[in-house]
Amino acid sequence: MSDTKRFFKALFKRKIVAVALVVIIFFLLCAVASPLIATHDPYEQDLFNILKGPSAEHWLGTDNLGRDVYSRIIYGSRIAFTVGIFAVIISGVLGTALGLAAGYFGGWVDSVISRLVEAMMAIPPIVLALALVAIFGRSLPMLTVVMGVSSVPAFARMMRGQVLTVRDLDYVAASRIRGNSNFVTMVKHILPNCLSPMIIVMTQSIGGTILAEAGLSFLGAGVLPPAASWGAMVSDGYTHLSRCPSFALSPGVAVILLVLAFNIFGDGLRDALDPRLRGSR
Amino acid sequence: MGRFLLKRFFQTILILIIISILAFSLIHIIPGDPVYAMLGTDISPEYHDQVYHSMGLDLPLVKQYFRWVGNFVQGQMGYSYHFKEDVSTLVARRLPPTLILGILSAVVSVILGLLFGIITAVRRGKPIDSVLTVLANIGIATPIFWLAVLLVFVFSLRLKLLPSWGFTFPWVDFGRSMKQMVMPVLCMSVGGIASYTRQTRSSMLEVIGQDYIRTARSKGLKESQIIKKHAVKNALIPILTLIGLTLRNSIGGSAIIERAFNISGMGSVMVEALSARDYVALQSGIVFLALITCVCNLLVDIAYAYADPRIRLE
Repeated sequence: MSDTKRFFKALFKRKIVAVALVVIIFFLLCAVASPLIATHDPYEQDLFNILKGPSAEHWLGTDNLGRDVYSRIIYGSRIAFTVGIFAVIISGVLGTALGLAAGYFGGWVDSVISRLVEAMMAIPPIVLALALVAIFGRSLPMLTVVMGVSSVPAFARMMRGQVLTVRDLDYVAASRIRGNSNFVTMVKHILPNCLSPMIIVMTQSIGGTILAEAGLSFLGAGVLPPAASWGAMVSDGYTHLSRCPSFALSPGVAVILLVLAFNIFGDGLRDALDPRLRGSR
Repeated sequence: MGRFLLKRFFQTILILIIISILAFSLIHIIPGDPVYAMLGTDISPEYHDQVYHSMGLDLPLVKQYFRWVGNFVQGQMGYSYHFKEDVSTLVARRLPPTLILGILSAVVSVILGLLFGIITAVRRGKPIDSVLTVLANIGIATPIFWLAVLLVFVFSLRLKLLPSWGFTFPWVDFGRSMKQMVMPVLCMSVGGIASYTRQTRSSMLEVIGQDYIRTARSKGLKESQIIKKHAVKNALIPILTLIGLTLRNSIGGSAIIERAFNISGMGSVMVEALSARDYVALQSGIVFLALITCVCNLLVDIAYAYADPRIRLE
């Protein structure tokens, strides 16, 4: 059996992982092909039909400006995906680089990076994200950067730990003795051996990042309106909870489904890539 | 152990210094003139200069920093133009609700999380394990603000059992205070309960596979004794490090919970300060919250050293 085949067999050993992947692909389709899947224009207001409950015309009702809630949830998946995936890539790459340097060089490099990481981790995540929003602004690309930067410390810490486990192994010494530069040793020999746990943690972090973005936009510090962000929709709907519960509650279901799917898929990936951790969580 | 703790103590001081520098830089990194950003652009230039001078913004950066830190240490955190009061009195007024809710939810999540984690590990593969594990997974994926909205909808709007907003100190009106705190504490604990359950379960399973547990079994010890005396004690050591983060996360989460339940605590101060560009309150708030986290981490380290002889005897 080829490695790829074995990997996929291990990945889908638990049926729920396959279900999670289907859910992720479904939401990805919603994000990519929003205009085809949505039934209405997400920004079109209809002030004669505000805060209506679910109907044949509006599957999940309308919001306080008469916009179609279902269509706005579909369009909201774009923000969730963009922030979730790109922020994790940003924090994964930066965190890996910092952790690699800290773990490999040790000494003062390690001290500086580690203290910075601990300092950033001592600030409550939402407060850190809010402060970064104040600096970078609220456009979608900047919000992605903010979410990315605020989780760099966790990745750096993780990578540093990984590097420490391999730093003193023979093949690293061999690479140094051959006269390879520090950079070559780090990138060609240490990085590949630390990569699979990092990929696992990155996948597992996508869900958490989507949650954090939703929380930020619930606080009114997310992407500027009228963009459809799930957290902001819940926040808007909260005001009209007694009149129209479907407006506030349905976007949250989308968040739970997508985050749950990413978490389950991440766990499945961990089981498939790292047999030592199988079933440990 | 003394050396380990002394090292951690100095590291904590260093971390706090770094945080204070980061928080201090905020006012200078954010684009635009800080005074105009705080008070709006329609103030007179004379007033602008007066505020600018009173905040010490015309001093050299290094001098500004030391002035700010010096005042902070003495409990003078400056005057907030947005909240119209001294930041120190603001913090003194708004921190207690957040701390009470944060500590309560930290306690609830630790107790329930450990309990569920132990149950799922001991009953591995049984129905109760599956049910709790699925619930834990859902708990981690649920946005707390959405849970808050759902609870308000069910318990306040439909069943009319609990008040949907506000905070009362327990010593003012105990019954009302409890009723008001049920939903916020529940929301703030769900994530913690879920992650403790998962961590404790994996940690317990790892310990149960160890040789000394097999030895205990072969000695003929009762299973309940093995779990209580040998497994739980060892499984809890890695969980201890997590506990330090719980209060940090609760306080961070308080920003959302305080908005959802209309509680005027420290979290809402931070959100308001940011949207009003009130840098004075913001800087001190960040340092203050980080200070709490650092103290918690230090306490956890002490507990860790106490619980793990490998560190204690180092």
